[in-house]
Amino acid sequence: MLHIDYANYESLRAHGEETYPHECCGVLLGKSNADGNHVQQIVRAGNTRTDSAHNRYNIAPQELVKIQRQARGLGLDIVGFYHSHPDHPAQWSPTDFAEAHWIGCSYVITAVEEGKAAITNSFLLSGTSEEDKKFEDQPIEIEVAEQVSQQKGQA
Amino acid sequence: MNIHIPTPLRTYTAGAETVTVPGTTVAEVFTNLTSQYPDLKQQLFSNEGKLRSFVNVYLNDEDLRYLPEKEATSVAAADELTIIPSIAGGTDRPGKGASRKNSSSRNTPCCSCCPLL
Repeated sequence: MLHIDYANYESLRAHGEETYPHECCGVLLGKSNADGNHVQQIVRAGNTRTDSAHNRYNIAPQELVKIQRQARGLGLDIVGFYHSHPDHPAQWSPTDFAEAHWIGCSYVITAVEEGKAAITNSFLLSGTSEEDKKFEDQPIEIEVAEQVSQQKGQA
Repeated sequence: MNIHIPTPLRTYTAGAETVTVPGTTVAEVFTNLTSQYPDLKQQLFSNEGKLRSFVNVYLNDEDLRYLPEKEATSVAAADELTIIPSIAGGTDRPGKGASRKNSSSRNTPCCSCCPLL
């Protein structure tokens, strides 16, 4: 399960609308436990793939180092990442899978259709190594103030 | 020196996010790191003993790949090493012209009987 509050959820979806028709990307900071990954803060990142930003994203390692340092300062961990798929389904692609290396982390994908955020899905990268890793569908629990809604494929 | 471990590799450091390992060069530090935490070795290095292509290593704020002496670079106790796997991906959809927003296909006749011809 991916647990995220409504404001952060909406913020990562809005990011995809702002960068449309290019892919956006960012990092999910929080804590993990047996119940899943709990997002407490999202950090927007730059997409360095300016050569092909409509269908590729990459976060500069130097920026990741800074974000990991920021997380450490907050007592948080990197628990996942997000990016958008402009005019493409919110499903992981072969490239997403090949380039996924953070086992145990959530990979959140938002489909952005003609500039509007549509479906948002999360996939947990499970396994023990590069050789046996796999993406699993991961339900998203959106915490809205005093009420909690559980959604998958929320439009 | 301190080595910062990314979330997925903490399984192999008993959950520690920062470990302290002795050494005078980056290579020596890595040797000591993988001696102390043997299961890290196959996560970080290929069978040929090279750092896996998706594993980035930063000495303080410098990318190890761009340091003149690379793994032979000298380190001090106050230096910090950060291991950070890469983050990338994408849709695999074709070029810009194929996006729904930019596509002109809905105005393009598809056959000789198409009324737009």
